[in-house]
Amino acid sequence: MFANYDKIIERISLNQLWDFPGGVHPPQQKTLSNQSSIEYLQVEKTYYVPVKQHIGIEGKLLVCEGDKVLKGQALTTSEAPFSVPVHAPTSGAVTKITNHVSAHPSGIPELSVIIDADGQDTWIELDPVPDYAKTSKSELIERICDAGISGMGGAGFPTHIKTNNSKPLEFLIINGIECEPYISSDDRLMREHAWQIRQGIDILVHILQPKQVIVAVEDNKPEALETMSIACQQKINYQVVSVPTKYPAGGEKQLIQVLTSREVPANGLPIDVGCIMYNVATCYAIADAIVEGKPLIERVVTLTGEGFKSPKNVWARLGTPIQSLLTYGDYDQSQQSSPRFIMGGPMMGFTVTSMLTPIVKISNCILVPADNELPHPEDERACIRCSACSDVCPASLLPQQLFWYSKAKELEKAEEYNLFDCIECGACAYVCPSEIPLVHYYRQAKADIRNQKEEKEKSDKAKIRFEARKARLLKEKEQREEKHRLAAEARKASLSTDGGGTKDKIAAALARAKAKKEALAKQEALAEKEALAKQEALAKQAPHIADLAESEKTKAVSVSEVSTEVVASQTAQGASPAKDSPEDDAAANEETKEL
Amino acid sequence: MTMLSLSSSPHHHNRRDIGQVMRLVCYATIPGILANVWFFGFGILIQVVLAIITALVTEGVIMELRKKKTERVLKDYSAVLAALLLAISIPPLAPWWVIVIGTFFSIAVVKQLYGGLGYNMFNPAMAGYVMLLISFPVQMTSWLPPFSIAEQSHSLWDAIHTVFTGFTSTGFSVEQLKVGIDGTTMATPLDEVKTALLQGYTVTEAKSHIMFDGNYGKGWLWVAIAYLLGGLFLIKTKVINWHIPGSMLASAALLSLFLFLLDGDQYASPLFHLFNGSLIVGAFFIATDPVSASTTSKGRIIFGAAIGLWVIIIRNWGGYPDAIAFAVLIMNMAVPLIDYYTQPRTYGHKNKASKDS
Amino acid sequence: MTLTVFALAAIALLALIFGALLGFAAIRFKVEGDPLVDQIDAILPQTQCGQCGYPGCKPYAEAIANGDDINKCPPGGETTIRELSALMGVEAKPLDAAHGVEDVKKVAFIREDECIGCTKCIQACPVDAILGAAKQMHTILIDECTGCDLCVDPCPVDCIDMVPVEVDSSHWEWKFNKVPVGDIPIRQMS
Ligand code: SF4
Ligand code: SF4
Ligand code: SF4
Repeated sequence: MFANYDKIIERISLNQLWDFPGGVHPPQQKTLSNQSSIEYLQVEKTYYVPVKQHIGIEGKLLVCEGDKVLKGQALTTSEAPFSVPVHAPTSGAVTKITNHVSAHPSGIPELSVIIDADGQDTWIELDPVPDYAKTSKSELIERICDAGISGMGGAGFPTHIKTNNSKPLEFLIINGIECEPYISSDDRLMREHAWQIRQGIDILVHILQPKQVIVAVEDNKPEALETMSIACQQKINYQVVSVPTKYPAGGEKQLIQVLTSREVPANGLPIDVGCIMYNVATCYAIADAIVEGKPLIERVVTLTGEGFKSPKNVWARLGTPIQSLLTYGDYDQSQQSSPRFIMGGPMMGFTVTSMLTPIVKISNCILVPADNELPHPEDERACIRCSACSDVCPASLLPQQLFWYSKAKELEKAEEYNLFDCIECGACAYVCPSEIPLVHYYRQAKADIRNQKEEKEKSDKAKIRFEARKARLLKEKEQREEKHRLAAEARKASLSTDGGGTKDKIAAALARAKAKKEALAKQEALAEKEALAKQEALAKQAPHIADLAESEKTKAVSVSEVSTEVVASQTAQGASPAKDSPEDDAAANEETKEL
Repeated sequence: MTMLSLSSSPHHHNRRDIGQVMRLVCYATIPGILANVWFFGFGILIQVVLAIITALVTEGVIMELRKKKTERVLKDYSAVLAALLLAISIPPLAPWWVIVIGTFFSIAVVKQLYGGLGYNMFNPAMAGYVMLLISFPVQMTSWLPPFSIAEQSHSLWDAIHTVFTGFTSTGFSVEQLKVGIDGTTMATPLDEVKTALLQGYTVTEAKSHIMFDGNYGKGWLWVAIAYLLGGLFLIKTKVINWHIPGSMLASAALLSLFLFLLDGDQYASPLFHLFNGSLIVGAFFIATDPVSASTTSKGRIIFGAAIGLWVIIIRNWGGYPDAIAFAVLIMNMAVPLIDYYTQPRTYGHKNKASKDS
Repeated sequence: MTLTVFALAAIALLALIFGALLGFAAIRFKVEGDPLVDQIDAILPQTQCGQCGYPGCKPYAEAIANGDDINKCPPGGETTIRELSALMGVEAKPLDAAHGVEDVKKVAFIREDECIGCTKCIQACPVDAILGAAKQMHTILIDECTGCDLCVDPCPVDCIDMVPVEVDSSHWEWKFNKVPVGDIPIRQMS
């Protein structure tokens, strides 16, 4: 089984870590961008702030078109547990609230608040916490939520949800791995703001009370390791660990495995193995939110790749269109035959669909590779089953099988081979000699499976509703038939009790009644149907109305029963049975009236 | 008008494509081929050239017929490699039509009829080899003695002449070239021992033949060592994993050691088995053919080990002196089964992949 | 010669044995599934639109079980036909155009200010997805609407539209040819 706490502490202090299976060593290319300090940008003219920048649901809008906003003013508010607000990146006016191209590989437009800056950049009044150690945990968590913080490492999980933990916590892991090539935003942040990151960690420690804090930094960032060690040296249960460079060591599951040998169970959370992990940038943002009272409105973004003449790291406000960043980094168009801008790193980033794609909370890098730097993909060849892919898969999957089933759309099989345990790290496609875009197939298959499941759920529901409706219609029909049957029986009864002499008279009356009845039957059916429909309509409108309708209906039914009885007694007394159907009709009419 | 290009991550690739992998394997056979030329003459080179030409033409024509991108397919070098492996497996002076037929069969039937690269169930080179061995047993067993003990030597021109006409330029037949300095017809060390054992001699007595130098056939040892170097180069450059060659050689060595200890007169020693015949070539170059081998780490170990066992079993008790091709083909059939039962445990799961959900 | 015959015989025998084993396993380990009609019904899209000529999916499922063609369901389209053909062991045919053509997914939308509250659509809806009462404006439960189209015709004032369901980013199927073009035309790679 997994190593216990003491064993882990011992190995970490000796710097004898574990390893995760697979992994690759792509060229690092970090020096391209990590040589100079993080630069501040001038205020943009226009910002495009997507309302949803995390996993979960969007908050409720607080502003309208035309409103003036101040820097740091909340644009949305968190109403549901999984919603996280967003804030104005600068002061200015909300010009429009509309769908704008999203920071998503599909680029499908999403609701965004478009703000024209007034150039003043005036802060809203800040409300820092004077002493977080004396503040209740729930208030701190609420403030983290209100500051709009969600995981800044990649997935964008709402931080306040993660922080609201009641299970026993052994390791608070601070992720400064940054294993993707090219990206150096966390590297620079740790070098320049180690102290504030440490403050953020302190706040988390105060809230979460872990037994041990592990700050993990990949060994290709010696400067960051040093600054973090210095920042953490006074704290005895903070341990800064140097992790061997291997992609994807920074993946949450992989890092936990490297540091503790434990594996997060499938469909489980890190806390199930006593760990919680935060990205360094998230820690920085938490310190900002609590100590300074500043919401999350900017983040470090690496501008890198040979397509930039001056690659660097910048503080970019959320909502900045990448167009402006290209200008800041001196985009050199001659390096690219057709422009390609990658948001994120070369292994997991996505190509943007527009120059106006905004920077969001999870955007850590804009990579603009030269053509020969990261060549455009070639046509895939057939899989030669070389299993280079499974050798490098950190999740110990069989990518070639997943590929096979995903491509053949045998989705059940793909799921059987644990498709959903794939973390989409791209290691498999990186080594595949047939240059198959494996991860692309997995993503399509996953999307298909998800959509199909949703569809299935929907169609199941439709089936149930359809059957329910059928059953209801059937019941109504039966009720009607029952009524007629009773009436008919009553007639028969009256016939048999009557003497033979009256028979002719009765026969004549019957014939008359039949003719009349036939004429009226149609009318009756129509009226009844309409009545029922109305009842239904009412029933659906609101539950209490439904109750009402229900009682009305029973009344109606009882009335008709009564009328049938009346008829029965009348016939029993020798009256003409021909009266039967008008009576019935009247009852039906009454029924209609009652509604 | 500029265009924005979209693609799915990863945008990075280690830039080792199939062509490069296959080429590396081809290069790795060079030391072995050179050693072969040194000890046994130029025949092997002619076979290699013939095989490669046949393979490229066959594959090219089929690709044209199937309306595929011919050039791109040819550039994956898989046909070249299959041809090369077949060429180094057959006797160097076999007539030209033998290798042409064999290569054609490998490429057209075993590979393309199954759907092309990646879809073939059997190792093309070995399937071709077995087909040849069954169809043309005489030509396929006419091995030459190394020059040091051959009565006749032959030049490059002689070799070409012999492959195409059956006789050297000076009129010797292959049969005559097979005669050793002691005046008897030579065979391979494995053949020699097998025949001797059948005639009631012990292994040690068999090995007193002039073709032996202690445990190993003269020349054969060095050829095997040269291939071994090539194979180690492949492992070093991560073109192949150690699993298959490692387990294959280990299992062959263990089984032969066991038998040898049981009865040293009847069964040859592990070293004899390792360095005679094509066990080394088989372990590093043939069984490692990705398409038809197992794909999981555990599976590859089982796959390799089973081939090793089959080789020793067939060599000792089967009708043929060497057995790589049969062993590989037998295990090719078992690959789907092995793969299914050796799935690795996925991260965060308790059991094998398909067993829990 | 005899050797060859022997070898051939042995192979034939082996093939027979394996075949028999497989056949045995197929019978022995056969899973008792749902009754056929339910299995078919599970494949049908449950749009309940009646385009197949039956009053709903279940009746069509029964008809298929009794030998009707499998290519009559436009909402299910190719996918459904493929699955049905696999289940029924019959050849997959293209969709029978007489019953309609495959279309994008849609939901009904009532222009509420035009609705006169006649309740006709309510009676038509096969899944009770329309809310409203007599002389009151009606509205549609989008989550329940199957997009069957049946409510459109009965409406006397034509205030019901079928609007295509928009894909959002979480439902996007990673098809780069289905991205809204940005400010620069887009070239798709895999
Ligand atoms: S690396 Fe590519 S070619 Fe090799 S097995 Fe995996 S998918 Fe197939
Ligand atoms: S992308 Fe998925 S299958 Fe490929 S290596 Fe990463 S985890 Fe494994
Ligand atoms: S055509 Fe309509 S009713 Fe018929 S099976 Fe398809 S979805 Fe169901």
